[in-house]
Amino acid sequence: MQVRVQEEGFDLGAESDGFAAGVSGAGAIVTFTGVVRDADGGGLEAMEIEHYPAMTQTALEAIATEAKTRWELADALVIHRYGRLLPGERIMMVATAARHRKHAFEAAEYLMDYLKSRAPFWKKEILCDGQSDWVSAKADDEAALERW
Amino acid sequence: MDVVYFAWVRERIGLPREQVETSAATVADLVVELSAREERYAAAFADLSALRVALDQELSDFDAALEGVREVAFFPPMTGG
Repeated sequence: MQVRVQEEGFDLGAESDGFAAGVSGAGAIVTFTGVVRDADGGGLEAMEIEHYPAMTQTALEAIATEAKTRWELADALVIHRYGRLLPGERIMMVATAARHRKHAFEAAEYLMDYLKSRAPFWKKEILCDGQSDWVSAKADDEAALERW
Repeated sequence: MDVVYFAWVRERIGLPREQVETSAATVADLVVELSAREERYAAAFADLSALRVALDQELSDFDAALEGVREVAFFPPMTGG
């Protein structure tokens, strides 16, 4: 299990290859990548991601550990960035490896649902016109946790 | 104890971290103390349903006791992923 919190970008291909090379006996590998999308009305200049350094790594590891107890995972990887990101840049990725795809898919969804609402990150949208606003948590995201 | 703030809570209060001398028994008591200090604190803590709290880097709640706690963090609901 690998959890990385970092400011710099990451190479999706290299991370996926490295993850796949490190697992044996897995018949399924699922990867998910989160990307900075434009603001709802357009005009996004940047996304600033703040986090709670003393807590982030531990919180992510706890979420990943829980996923490993719930599904038969050969391995899991979480990378999450912070700092100033531009539209189209990758924010984060998760990868899960399991013997069968159902476990890999479900565990990846679980990781995503918990990363959204239980990992100490906060996003701020900086618009080209100089306005900025913190992204609000969505009720749907909180509700998504209940299915697990 | 250390009190840390993130996102709009940090912006509204105007600082990321401070040391607070308090005898507050619970998080809610600490919130009352801080809110009484200045308007910027009262504004930040006006709606507790919009806030989350962590004690020593673990998510907690406003009823939780502060005994033995070294760091209290206040922040809005998280928006990771």
